[in-house]
Amino acid sequence: MSDKKNWPLWEIFVRSKNGLEHRHFGSLHASDAEMALENARDVYTRRSEGVSIWVVESSHITASNPEHNGELFEPAADKVYRHPTFYDLPDEVKHM
Amino acid sequence: MTNNSTTDQSSLPLGEMSEGQRGNLHNYILGIADNSLILGQRLGELCGHGPSLETDIAGTNISLDLFGQVRSYFQYAAQVSGDDTVTEDTLAFMRIEREYKNVLLVEQPNTDFGYTIVRQFLFDAYHLLFLRELEKSTDETLSAIAKKSIKEVSYHWRFSSDWIRRLGDGTSESHERVQEAVTDLWMYTDELFHQTEADQAMIAEGIGVDTSKLKDIYYKMISDVLEEATLEIPVGKYFHKGGKQGIHSEHMGYILSDMQYMQRTFPNMEW
Repeated sequence: MSDKKNWPLWEIFVRSKNGLEHRHFGSLHASDAEMALENARDVYTRRSEGVSIWVVESSHITASNPEHNGELFEPAADKVYRHPTFYDLPDEVKHM
Repeated sequence: MTNNSTTDQSSLPLGEMSEGQRGNLHNYILGIADNSLILGQRLGELCGHGPSLETDIAGTNISLDLFGQVRSYFQYAAQVSGDDTVTEDTLAFMRIEREYKNVLLVEQPNTDFGYTIVRQFLFDAYHLLFLRELEKSTDETLSAIAKKSIKEVSYHWRFSSDWIRRLGDGTSESHERVQEAVTDLWMYTDELFHQTEADQAMIAEGIGVDTSKLKDIYYKMISDVLEEATLEIPVGKYFHKGGKQGIHSEHMGYILSDMQYMQRTFPNMEW
């Protein structure tokens, strides 16, 4: 670890009892992955929220730049036809 | 141990015990519970004062685990006492200093994070070994409490021994400070294995844990971690004792005045 005074930030993903996938729960500080897991156990699962934990160092996450929101996301806003909502479904099909 | 309650393997029902047996069992339960009570109180003092949010909440979690165990023990002890006025609350809050039977180790102050972790480490190793044996007790209630507590205490041990390695094998400052705590607190370890009259009576009945058999494993268990943590194992031969007989260190009065304040000031208060 290069910086002994400031522990790096970790993002915590927890799978809850009934959940199928891990969801982002929050972030915390830890000096390494093992400590991040233990800290996550104490900070995020003490009210029995979870059955599995993933941790990933925040710096390993590449995020989209909010400044680019226009070019990234706005073009999709006026293309409602990309949702499959224009089909007439027979009544027999229950779960779509 | 198999769950065989039909044979004379099982200890006597409370109603069939003599006064003396009841008294010994009562004292025996308090001896176990008071360690967790006072250590839980010490850790509780750190709530909101931990070195980081994460370690703060970890310490508080351990404290709450211990209080949960204490409640089970005290509820049982109250039942064993046969006295209606004795409850888990009176046992926790209304006794005087000399009536508490915890070892001196758990009342030692939270000098710094190193001391807090070393105190925890030295106790957790004992606690885990003890509970594994208590699970085999012929007393079904104690066996059940032990069984439930083992998972919690396994995590405490994992947490504290992990931190011993981190601090010991960390920076020169963390190494130095944690070594000082180990050297300082070492003299309280031997008392964990002292046996009171109640201990001996309960061992004879198959209810209590023969702690003398745990001593070698205990010192091996903690020495292995200390070595891994590049820490020196103290060689001191002088050990403090007395807590189990109610002769406590100067810290105990302060702990109790804090812990008992609400019940003493507003008797029978609830919240």
